[in-house]
Amino acid sequence: MASVCFYFQVHQPYRLRHYTIFDSGTDYFDEYKNAQVCRKVAGKCYLPTNRLMLNLIREHEGRFKIAYSVTGVILEQFRAYAPEVLASFQELAQTGCVEFLAETYHHSLSFLFSPQEFAAQIAAHQQVVRELFGQTPRVFRNTELVYNNALAETIERIGGFQAILAEGADHILGWRSPNFVYRPPNTRRLKLLLKNYRLSDDIAFRFSNRGWREWPLRAEKFAQWVNAVNGNGYTVNLFVDYETFGEHQWEDTGIFDFLRHLPTEILRNRDNDFKMPSEVADTYEAVDVVDVPHLVSWADTERDLSAWLGNPMQYNAIHELYGLEDQVKAAGDPKLLACWRRLQTSDHFYYMCTKWFADGDVHKYFNPYDSPYDSYINFMNVLDHLRARCQTAPSSLRPPVLAAASA
Amino acid sequence: MRIRTLMLGWEFPPYISGGLGTACYGLTKAMSHLGMDVTFLLPRMGPLRLSGGSGATLESGLPHLRLRAVPSSLIAYGRFGNARGAHATARAGKAEESLSGPAPYGPNICEEVHRYALRVMKIAETEEFDVIHAHDWMTFPAAIGVAARSGKPLVVQIHSTEFDRSGEQVNQYVYDIERHGMHAAARVITVSNYTRNIVVSRYGVPPEKVEVVYNGIDFSDAAVAPMANGTAKRDKVVLFLGRITMQKGPEYFLYAAKRVLEKIQNVKFVMAGDGDRLYGTIDLAAWLGIGHRVFFTRFLRGADVDRAYEMADLYVMPSVSEPFGIAPLEALKHHVPVLVSKSSGIAETLRNALKVDFWDINEMANKIIAVLRHPPLQESLRANGRAEALRFRWEDSAARVNEVYLKALHVA
Repeated sequence: MASVCFYFQVHQPYRLRHYTIFDSGTDYFDEYKNAQVCRKVAGKCYLPTNRLMLNLIREHEGRFKIAYSVTGVILEQFRAYAPEVLASFQELAQTGCVEFLAETYHHSLSFLFSPQEFAAQIAAHQQVVRELFGQTPRVFRNTELVYNNALAETIERIGGFQAILAEGADHILGWRSPNFVYRPPNTRRLKLLLKNYRLSDDIAFRFSNRGWREWPLRAEKFAQWVNAVNGNGYTVNLFVDYETFGEHQWEDTGIFDFLRHLPTEILRNRDNDFKMPSEVADTYEAVDVVDVPHLVSWADTERDLSAWLGNPMQYNAIHELYGLEDQVKAAGDPKLLACWRRLQTSDHFYYMCTKWFADGDVHKYFNPYDSPYDSYINFMNVLDHLRARCQTAPSSLRPPVLAAASA
Repeated sequence: MRIRTLMLGWEFPPYISGGLGTACYGLTKAMSHLGMDVTFLLPRMGPLRLSGGSGATLESGLPHLRLRAVPSSLIAYGRFGNARGAHATARAGKAEESLSGPAPYGPNICEEVHRYALRVMKIAETEEFDVIHAHDWMTFPAAIGVAARSGKPLVVQIHSTEFDRSGEQVNQYVYDIERHGMHAAARVITVSNYTRNIVVSRYGVPPEKVEVVYNGIDFSDAAVAPMANGTAKRDKVVLFLGRITMQKGPEYFLYAAKRVLEKIQNVKFVMAGDGDRLYGTIDLAAWLGIGHRVFFTRFLRGADVDRAYEMADLYVMPSVSEPFGIAPLEALKHHVPVLVSKSSGIAETLRNALKVDFWDINEMANKIIAVLRHPPLQESLRANGRAEALRFRWEDSAARVNEVYLKALHVA
């Protein structure tokens, strides 16, 4: 039996506007640009791909299933800039063949810096998924698939989850295959679904690469690779950015045709099926414990955190940001808190990455800055202003406990 | 094949006053290392160090490179280049009739250029060579003459154009010589795509004839680590180092300095260099009320340059138009991070640098402040910028020049 388990990441950050040290407005975010990107990607990717998914689900009468992780910040932007996208996701949710996963509402790295913020953002995301899609997520994926043993323990402590998704990196699996279900150490019920990065990246990165031996990739060929898993694995976890369809791989690469034919080709073999992540976790027993003492992610060739925390500017910016947590919360100003949380979105730190020279253009995609230095300067200017706001927030807004302390 | 080059160049150590001389020297030295045969004709005024006289051979200290002096008062940057230049031009200017139009190079420049051409043509008759390579306009008439007489292909290299030096108020005489040289040449080398665009759009040179060869920088004498400084230093130092002329944008530096001082006080702005805008710039600093924070050192050389870099927390090149910009690479070599004008060749190729439009003084100030306030930014720019600067090797430039020669000779 080989189950294909699709999960698509749907996310766009709130990009900052150009903000100099001489600026003093609280309008940190570039509404125009964010609306523009949101609508552009909606037109090229979200809307056509959602329509295709819906058709495929109907056509295959419940045998084609997929999962999404849609961040809170993109849901807000859909509501403001492209409500039709939100409606099409809701339509997908009603088919019963689409699962929505939980993550941090702000697509943040809060797990690394603030346990209480991490828990609060998961709760906020679960709530918005419940409200919009009528389901309570039971599977968790952390921002950029950042994962280690401690994350699994934290998620089990938070409760309500039966599985976590992570990168099937070679250095954590060793000789083992990502096509089985695993267990994190020191947990009782959680299961670990690991990304089959070879097959995932064939779609996400190599699909249109004419220099690739397998180009052009057709659904039949891909189905054969999935068939080959039969007998030595349960599941093929294909975790990809949703923008792969129509944005990273443009329509003229044939990516939509590939997707259109894929379910038929996969299901041609009666031993294959599609499963949502929670179904995979329900169906298959964990075969082994995977020990991940160090952090892994799904980024770049290193599969580590170096894309977000790889240079001194990134460390400095993120430490300064989380260093403000107490002050921001003490100020008791909901607008201030919302701004601070939007600044946690991992993309802001990704823009500061200086290792593009090797890893190339993926880092540049949707990147509003000319250089990582510019992005750091801009972020720090905004943070500077935010810090000043904490100090000048009217004391009437502060929670009583602080008022009592100062009295 | 080994190509023999007759090069019409500028300064050669120890007679160097600016970037053009540095570039000529760096390039020919690397060509010599690669075994390329170069005869370098050097305009020299006054007594020569070694055996003097017309067409004398000087000691270059490098294999495959012969240096010949041509008596002439031509100097790279006209009378405003520096004190030595002013002296030379003044001497040449004696007993000269007045000349109409702007004449930053001294009143008798036309005549001197042509006198030089005649002398070079005479010397060239005693030389064996395959290619003529001329640097910037003043040598073009000589180079065109030699090319016509010898039938050998001409390669001209553009280190700066009249538009870089004079903005829109170009000297028609200079422009005509530049244009004539570019059109007479088999190949035109520019030091950046920025300059290539000017050469194509302003001089009407067919784009397929124009090749970009970036300059390099010699790291052989660089200090491995920055000099220990600053622990006791109270003030941050922002450095401008270059000729103080319209082209280099000194006034934008000062306007930005004023904005910086509105936000942080413990900053000194050091302006090292001479030029025709020096007094105007000193005046402007006073007018802006920041005279006590701006320091003028005049023209620096040798160890004084090193010392200026050692004090600096940031190097700023606010040029209005900069064909290449070796100075930022020099700063990085001295472990100083850089902020450069987008109107420059270096901005198109150096990634680990801050970049601004020269006129955008708000943004310039914003970035200066960021570097001074955030050590992680300063460190990243310093370390990554320096690592990148190391890749600008003169040997690579020389190899590219050789490719251009082969094309000019129609063997590639």
